[in-house]
Amino acid sequence: MKIPILAARRLGFGYGAKAVGRDVDLEVRAGEVVCLLGPNGSGKTTLFKTILGLLPAQAGEVFVDGVAMGQLTRPEIARRVAYVPQAHAAHFPFRVIDMVVMGRTAHLGLFATPSHEDRRRALGALTTLGIGELADIEYTRISGGQRQLALIARALAQDAPAIVMDEPTASLDFGNQVTVLAEVKRLAGLGLAVLLSTHDPDHAFSISHRVALLDAGRLIAQGSPHEVLTPARLLDVYGVTVAVERLSRGQTVCAPDFSGASG
Amino acid sequence: MVEGTGITRTRGTVLGSTRLGVLGGLALALVVLVAAAALIGAYPLSPGDIAQALARKLAGAPPQGQIDTVLFEVRLPRVFAAVVVGAALAAAGAAYQALFRNPLVSPDILGVSTGAGLGAVIGIFLSLPVAGIQLAAFMMGLATVGLVYSIASVVHGREPLLVLVLAGVVVGALAGAAISLLKILADPYDQLPAIVFWLLGSLSAIRKAEVWGATPLVLVALVPLVLLRWRINVLSLGDEEAKALGVEAGRLRLIVIAAATLMTASVVAISGVIGWVGLVIPHIARMLVGPSFDRLLPAAMLLGGGYLLLVDTLARTMARIEVPIGILTAVIGAPFFLWLLARGREGWS
Repeated sequence: MKIPILAARRLGFGYGAKAVGRDVDLEVRAGEVVCLLGPNGSGKTTLFKTILGLLPAQAGEVFVDGVAMGQLTRPEIARRVAYVPQAHAAHFPFRVIDMVVMGRTAHLGLFATPSHEDRRRALGALTTLGIGELADIEYTRISGGQRQLALIARALAQDAPAIVMDEPTASLDFGNQVTVLAEVKRLAGLGLAVLLSTHDPDHAFSISHRVALLDAGRLIAQGSPHEVLTPARLLDVYGVTVAVERLSRGQTVCAPDFSGASG
Repeated sequence: MVEGTGITRTRGTVLGSTRLGVLGGLALALVVLVAAAALIGAYPLSPGDIAQALARKLAGAPPQGQIDTVLFEVRLPRVFAAVVVGAALAAAGAAYQALFRNPLVSPDILGVSTGAGLGAVIGIFLSLPVAGIQLAAFMMGLATVGLVYSIASVVHGREPLLVLVLAGVVVGALAGAAISLLKILADPYDQLPAIVFWLLGSLSAIRKAEVWGATPLVLVALVPLVLLRWRINVLSLGDEEAKALGVEAGRLRLIVIAAATLMTASVVAISGVIGWVGLVIPHIARMLVGPSFDRLLPAAMLLGGGYLLLVDTLARTMARIEVPIGILTAVIGAPFFLWLLARGREGWS
């Protein structure tokens, strides 16, 4: 089997001296979608920042393409792993195309500015995500869903074999959630390794090859969605009773049980 | 989709050439302002006087009479100084605003002006010659920002920018207290007016030596800002995103701070504290050409140079006595700032 593009080995993570989690073993291979689930405060974002090299590992190590992260420079990491942050409000009204072309930075010389070819690639990424017509609009003027798509386009322009997405569906409306999930699935089909976090088990069922469940900084289960997301585990981690049902079309959904609630 | 892309491309080009046009227009306006400012003053010069004086200068002929003295020793150095000081303050402001991801940040956020002010006040207090006062202002401006940066590096916070700003506020307040103390101790008839005048900013004492001293430093500081213009855009997204995009954010921030500080300290040392230019001008420039630093930097410098030249020409001609330029920039800048607030411009955070 090929070496994983992203691998965490007995990773301990946290801020400064404060430990958030430890002993995390996680791998993402080419063409694979790995979904990280876990309640609020379980350490998903901190784990991602450590995997991206934005925070130093407290223990263990992160390997990118088989190379220990500590041996790679910032541009070398960025050429291997792209990061899609949660759609945010921008501080300056950059045009969408300028925002996306920033994904090319790791491929540019220190003093260089993006070439026509870089702009062409950025526009191509926007077109791929179906928002090519937004290229010249200010990033501050588009909707949250469009921003998330633009940030994914930026990650595509970065041309890295792995993409890490922090809750890409959070704060999106239903339609945009589906658009983003479909795009993630398509990217994995093209051979990219995708690691994403989500709060919605249904998303994990619909697009992920593997699910990792994080609770209080420890990975308590890892495997196929059906193995990991059992009603018993969801009750254990979230304190909610759910039914996991397979629809006639073959899709699996989680339905919370409200019968215990007073009302 | 293909058709849509084509339309987008065309619009992009049109937008791009409009912005280039804006830069050309600003450059032209600056040239006109320089020409006008050279004519106007306590000793009016006609275009003919200036043309003849320039011709003599170019031919290497010896200077003749008062016209040449006024033009080459007083008027032009001052005009040139106003342009350099305004351009430098605006460039430093644009850099700091990108760095701190806040469009309403000014070049003295890390205390360079207050530090330079303290240096100048110490120099005046010790009755140093003008060059000594300027050197003290320059050194103290750099030292203050160095101190702020060192404090912020020692204090490891989760938010390095916030720690930096807070350290700047604290050190700035200390320097402000020291200035106040020296004001009380200073000779009220001789030193105190000089201190007050310096702290309000003025170009009235500018001669050739000052301009030749400050301009090379400004140009040196400009080099990294021009070379790193693309990376400064990426840095304005914030440390984490910049790092994830392959930028060594910490190192780049240090370089930008060093360049902007050198630039500000060099001009504040010869002009005194001139507020508002570095705050308001980059903002207007961003409205004209957008936030991308490769266009923002030249636009801010052209606008800043032209603006300060206009204000300084007013300062030396509108009344019998010279009005401190810092007062004028505040009178014009403050209402504009309020207008920005009222407008609730996007990007204000």
